[in-house]
Amino acid sequence: MIAYVTRRVLYGVLILLGVNLVTFFLFFTVNTPDDMARMNIGGKRVTQELIQKWKLERGYDKPLYWNDTREGTDQLTDTIFWERSVSLFTLKFGRADSESAGDIGHEVASRMWVSIQLALPIFLLQVIASTAFALLLVMFRHTRLDLTGVVLCVLMLSISSLFYIIVGQYLFSRVLRLVPISGYAGGLDVVRFLILPVALSALARLGTEARLYRAMFLEEIGKDYVRTARAKGLSETVVMFRHVLRNALIPIITSAGGYLPYVFLGSLVFESFFGIPGLGAYVIEAISKQDFAIVRTMVFVGSLLAIASYILIDIAYTWADPRVRLG
Amino acid sequence: MPKFVLLWTDVSIWLLALALVAYTLHVRRQPNLSATWRKVFADAPALASCVVLTACLLLTLADSVHFRSLLPAAAGTQPGVAAYDARVQSLLDAALRDVVQSRESTYSRPLAYVGFTKESTEVDGQVRRMAPRLRHGGAHLSDPATQWLGDLFMRAAAGLLLGAAAAGVLCGLLIALLARRAGEGWRAMASAVWHGETAIPWRVTGLTLAGIFAVGGVVVALMSHYHVFGTDVTGNDVLYQTLKSIRTAFVIGTLATLATLPLAVVLGIMAGYFKGWVDEAIQYVYTMLSSIPNILLIAACVLMVQVFLDKHPEMFETGVERADVKLFLLCAVLGLTGWAGLCRLLRAETLKLRELEYVQAASAFGVSHGRIMVRHLFPNVAHLMLIVTVLEFSALILYEAVLSYVGVGVDPSMNSFGGMINFARNEMSRDPVVWWPFAAAFTFMVAVVLAANLFADGVRDAFDPRARAFRPRVTRNKPA
Repeated sequence: MIAYVTRRVLYGVLILLGVNLVTFFLFFTVNTPDDMARMNIGGKRVTQELIQKWKLERGYDKPLYWNDTREGTDQLTDTIFWERSVSLFTLKFGRADSESAGDIGHEVASRMWVSIQLALPIFLLQVIASTAFALLLVMFRHTRLDLTGVVLCVLMLSISSLFYIIVGQYLFSRVLRLVPISGYAGGLDVVRFLILPVALSALARLGTEARLYRAMFLEEIGKDYVRTARAKGLSETVVMFRHVLRNALIPIITSAGGYLPYVFLGSLVFESFFGIPGLGAYVIEAISKQDFAIVRTMVFVGSLLAIASYILIDIAYTWADPRVRLG
Repeated sequence: MPKFVLLWTDVSIWLLALALVAYTLHVRRQPNLSATWRKVFADAPALASCVVLTACLLLTLADSVHFRSLLPAAAGTQPGVAAYDARVQSLLDAALRDVVQSRESTYSRPLAYVGFTKESTEVDGQVRRMAPRLRHGGAHLSDPATQWLGDLFMRAAAGLLLGAAAAGVLCGLLIALLARRAGEGWRAMASAVWHGETAIPWRVTGLTLAGIFAVGGVVVALMSHYHVFGTDVTGNDVLYQTLKSIRTAFVIGTLATLATLPLAVVLGIMAGYFKGWVDEAIQYVYTMLSSIPNILLIAACVLMVQVFLDKHPEMFETGVERADVKLFLLCAVLGLTGWAGLCRLLRAETLKLRELEYVQAASAFGVSHGRIMVRHLFPNVAHLMLIVTVLEFSALILYEAVLSYVGVGVDPSMNSFGGMINFARNEMSRDPVVWWPFAAAFTFMVAVVLAANLFADGVRDAFDPRARAFRPRVTRNKPA
């Protein structure tokens, strides 16, 4: 187990190195620091001195990958690539590109907590609601209820999540005035702000997930051990909950696990719609301000979290299915 | 003669239409493929969706022929030197010229004859706050308060009749064609179709066509004198914007999925066939790509595209061309970042197939690696490619809306569902609420996505027999 996790972590580091290289290439070679400076200063008052000053302030005034003016290992280390990579891997993200924004590391740390508060309930509610709905449909398979349920799922998954948000906000905040339209507060008050986005997010994905889980359950139901269980004289409820649910957990973990990175990143759209100051809203702000340093850092943080959650999923497998032996 | 403008996405869409025709011909020649496709069309929801999607495709094609119209020779210009309009139009724009030109000053409700906001106007020397008459909506009515409802009904009824007649003619043609092919009398054929006795449920086709034509007829009849879906903040017709958005959705749905195919297919088959270090390298690349949360990667790429376009403003003559290149590059970005899923699937399938006897026989006969992959492996994984492609189509249309909301979608000057929803967000919080742009975007988007989903389900069920077991069906006797 430990050997397996170590190996996975090492592979994760390898993947992160690749991610770092790709993002660096994208942000510094496809467009040079000069382009970025020109865009950030903006307008017609761009002069070469201003560009130099801008680059110097952010440490972008060195060669990209290879410094010819230095000796020995400095040729490699006194470059933008080396400095950026080291700062990312040591989680010291440095300052943002735009003037107004402050230290990225500080922002990420404080916003992460907000994102988790929103995303963790979403994640749990979603898995529970979708599993329950799918189980209901499977229990009543070959009846009209199942048919109606699947039609409903297809309808629901054809509706963009943005529609759910707009209608939900209009209905619950403006017409019924049950919860505030948007915003965020600390302490227990937070529940009032988070309950609507959590419910809407789970609803928006219910169609997709429930249909998928239903197929997984049906696949399990066709297997021999289910027939054996029924032949033993077990009741349908016991078969469903003790046998089928337990076995269908593995594909469900895979499917839900793919969503786990977003737990940390926060659902971008939901955060920005409901004015919740999490990581997702941070990314959207950065995009509209065209702050490349933030976007670059978030790509790195995002893949770091994704890799971490994939390792978590693999560990969850062993819990769900003792037959799975890691190694 | 107008000057035709070839936009990148236009060319791609037309090439795609050609490819579709070529594929249809290919399917007709292959008995097993055409049998499977017949299974797709035997599914009533899939068939109805196909009709709806075809209608959207025709609209997209009409909106994919762009030109700059010739300006009438102005005084003082040299004769012989043609001057062209600075605006790029499409065939659809030209067909809807009246609607495009009938701009109001700001919001107006669907089918309204007065504006949505009150203005101060002078009546008999007194200043009064009242909603002004619209410049175009219902402008032909002399006494709108009494005539309006009657006029609406008359026009709608006329449109309905016209639409029904057109649908009737089309259905008649369809039946005549079917009867000719089957060598039966058209009366017998019509009865068979009506009672649903044909192998492919043509009745569903007819009903869907009738529905489309009835709605279309009413809309067309009302369109020339009213704003059917009202107008937006700048007074532009909402219906026109929605129709334009369909093209954007279609372009993204098709081009972006197609852009994933080359990488996914080539790398997926290679990884599965060669195994070893090739497999390791390819797996590394797609694991890396899929470990970056998709939306962040797309955002990063699109930002770079934006910087590139800002740096080269001289490449584009008109704003439309610039927006179009941005759309094209967005599709490319979506393709380059979204191939990991299909690649993984194809790799797994190829790993299974390469151990089968027919592949081993081929390699024992000395068939080269490349030939084995192209001739023996590719045709046997092609169905996976098709299923994923049609499934992705609807997902990408939904994704476009989110991307536009985040700010990395299509150009703001281009009509798209995402852009409309983005505006609707503020409009829904106005008082009184402006609901019609939202409703229009919702209706059309759900219609397109639902059709795409149902069609995709039909394709999946036909090409992947395992999926068919999960179809909900009602049986009388409960299985034991």
